Amino acid sequence: MTLWIWIIVASIVAFLTKLVGYLVPRRLLKNPRILRIAGTLTIGLLAALTAANTFSSGQHLVADARIGSLVVAATALLFRAPFIVVVILGALSAAGLRLLGFA
Amino acid sequence: MSTSLRNSPGARVGLSIAVATGLYGVSFGALSVSSGLDVLQTCVLSLLLFSGGSQFAFIGVIAGGGNPIAAAGASALLGIRNAVYGMQLNALLQPRGWRRFVSAQFTVDESFATSTGQTDTIEQKRGFWIAGVGIFLLWNLFTLLGALAGSAVGDPKNWGLDGAAVAAFLALLWPRLTSREAGAIAIVCAVATVIAVPFVPPGIPILVAAVVAAAIGWFGYRQQRAEQREVPE
Repeated sequence: MTLWIWIIVASIVAFLTKLVGYLVPRRLLKNPRILRIAGTLTIGLLAALTAANTFSSGQHLVADARIGSLVVAATALLFRAPFIVVVILGALSAAGLRLLGFA
Repeated sequence: MSTSLRNSPGARVGLSIAVATGLYGVSFGALSVSSGLDVLQTCVLSLLLFSGGSQFAFIGVIAGGGNPIAAAGASALLGIRNAVYGMQLNALLQPRGWRRFVSAQFTVDESFATSTGQTDTIEQKRGFWIAGVGIFLLWNLFTLLGALAGSAVGDPKNWGLDGAAVAAFLALLWPRLTSREAGAIAIVCAVATVIAVPFVPPGIPILVAAVVAAAIGWFGYRQQRAEQREVPE
């Protein structure tokens, strides 16, 4: 029963956290300095998501098959491959490297 | 000019991300049941909490023998980055009234990334909704399948789905790397993330990078203004 209560509490907290950003007054977000920060923030967050998904496993830094996905994806992007092709190549390289015995 | 939904880049990106991410729900479902939650509790987490990192943190604490309060705490900590996404999407998509509340539920790493990766306003909206709703539907379906099948489904890593996520995030970042400054911000934030990983719980390194990026924006803005003032009209 306590488990249920905390599942619901965690869900409510998660929703309110997501909602907070949507309730920030929009005129505040139109300030030129805030706009500039929004731009750097987007680049920083996307770079962070890429890095975290490539090198982390829980709280550990690991070098595994995902590095192959990163290199293959970057190469495909250099050759202007479409998004879906990049994603499929990323999956195939990780799966392929694991078949070959790389973690 | 808006393109039809068939040729919409936002829709295309959103759909492929939805498939790659949604399938991962199977591993959440299987892991959650093996951590000691029942099938209904597992499905409620995917339906209501709906944030991959927070969900894995919740069941991770339970699996390690932790109490449910600690599980909810870990989940809340990991969800903080969603507030940053919400603020960005608020400025970008400008939802009104009840749409803010619906948008909030569908705000996750991938819907944020898909939306901000588009250049047109309509594509930003399509990207957000198709990625967000698509992931929600598939994530919940595959959570149920994983919970019912237990460990029989195997590890989605063997299908390379984690590699697909890496490729997808890089592909969304790529078009933004148009200047030397953008490249430098990306590298600094990626390095900050990697350095933070061993010291803070999963999900928090993203926030560390957010603080670094915001600082670059804040101080860079002052510098930009100063340079503008030096240039005679």
